Amino acid sequence: MSNSHYRFSPLQRLLHWLMAICLLAMLFIGVGMVSTIMPKYLPLISVHKSLGVAILVLALIRLALRIHYGAPSLPTDLPVPMKLAAELSHYALYVLMIGMPLIGWTMLSTAAYPVVLYGGIQLPSLLPQSDTLHSLLWDAHYYLAFAFFALVLLHVAAALFHALIRRDGVFESIAPVPLRDGPRSLRDEVAPAE
Amino acid sequence: MPLFRQPPARTILGSFVLIAVIVGGGAAAFAYTAGWLSPGRLTPGKMLEALAPPGGPALGHRRNHAKGICFTGVFEANGSGAALSRAEVFTRGQYPALGRFNLGTADPNAADATVRVRGMGLRIAPLDGQEWRTAMIDAPVFPVSTPRAFHELLLASASKDANAMEKFAASNPEFAAFAGWAKSAPYTASYAEERYNSLDSFIFTDDFGAEHAARWSLVPAAQPVAISNDDLAKRGPDVLEREIAERIRSGPLRWTMVVTVANPGDPTADPSKAWPQDRRTVEVGTLIVHQIEAEPDGPCREINFDPTVLPPGMRTSDDPFPAARSSVYRESYDLRTAEAKDYPRAEVGAKP
Repeated sequence: MSNSHYRFSPLQRLLHWLMAICLLAMLFIGVGMVSTIMPKYLPLISVHKSLGVAILVLALIRLALRIHYGAPSLPTDLPVPMKLAAELSHYALYVLMIGMPLIGWTMLSTAAYPVVLYGGIQLPSLLPQSDTLHSLLWDAHYYLAFAFFALVLLHVAAALFHALIRRDGVFESIAPVPLRDGPRSLRDEVAPAE
Repeated sequence: MPLFRQPPARTILGSFVLIAVIVGGGAAAFAYTAGWLSPGRLTPGKMLEALAPPGGPALGHRRNHAKGICFTGVFEANGSGAALSRAEVFTRGQYPALGRFNLGTADPNAADATVRVRGMGLRIAPLDGQEWRTAMIDAPVFPVSTPRAFHELLLASASKDANAMEKFAASNPEFAAFAGWAKSAPYTASYAEERYNSLDSFIFTDDFGAEHAARWSLVPAAQPVAISNDDLAKRGPDVLEREIAERIRSGPLRWTMVVTVANPGDPTADPSKAWPQDRRTVEVGTLIVHQIEAEPDGPCREINFDPTVLPPGMRTSDDPFPAARSSVYRESYDLRTAEAKDYPRAEVGAKP
């Protein structure tokens, strides 16, 4: 992780934005499907299961990439509480991206539902039916979903704060394409690619 | 980091406003999707509220068809169903079956003679294949055409307004067929003498990819013996569970599964409309019930007979009810498992 490491690797950036779309879709589908009895309930819940497993796989790949490539260091002048908030929220996001699909899958297993994905792929049951575990996992899935969405909003607010107000290169480090008004050092780094 | 890129104060204020708008807009869109801004949306929770008796729901129990008894046995497919659906359960063979005889009431302590509708939940699960769940009732047609009308029916039947049902029947003319059955159909004194009907339509896909809209029924081998409602009441509040537990001692109970195939143009989206009598029917196999077990410790307790759990070769049709039932059953299951302590198992510690 040298000083020139101002951006996440292209694969990390791609996964970030792909998963951003998946996660937002997932959270909206989740909160929408449990509030309707309309025919759309069935496709929504079906997408929720398949997309959940896709997110689990992508999140594990992303975790491996993060461990391998690391992350660009935060600006040295970023106040300590903000730095801490940034680091903790990233840990929380990884825990949720991996934990929520596993909780959902186990929750369905403990309710004795078959877990069938797109294409008729049936996942194995992770645990036998259990009233106690099912209601525990249901509570976890439900309340963590709201915490997850709150964290996503916080993440978006922080990203915009970095992009629009601090203009410190943090947003540029994950931006899908190089941005013109990145800090000098960043422009220097990406210049040869242009 | 030098501050040479620091924007002017006005831009900063504008940026904060922009961030607030984006975050606030996101939260509002989320709240809208969750239905918090749409009091008129018919949610599973509202349906359950309408199903609950005046004193509130029976905690730990299914929110409807709350009184029931478990059974286990096998489904013996004769192979004829394979012409309609490639589902494994229609391939000639024997598949484990688990189910529940039940009464269409939200009160698990209702006296049997006070309940008009009887039902059967059934799960047929090939050992390595994908399972099929269905929940059927003995009425020949469903009371209403849409889930929303069903909600209105529940509200009307619980209403203090003496004319509520009359008004409901006037604005939902399809209700007449069910009401006529409810009024005049004879009762029997046994779950074994009932015919259980899917009423909802599903789409079967055969090996060649051809689709067939279908409904199914379980037709009892036992000859129905009519009994007046008064005589049924005299046999006791739990006569049906007692009777079926006794009857099983003299041998297994059987039902023939009959699939009815729609002609083009038959109403698949409306379970309140029967299809004409001359439609093609296929006997696809026999349900053989070997054992009856009380629900508190029985194997059916933990099963949600969600009619949208279908194996490859079957899928839902344009009938809106299976989706509505699935969403409401799911919430009922989530609630009752959380309340399991209110419906104690007889043998404490018998299950992990």
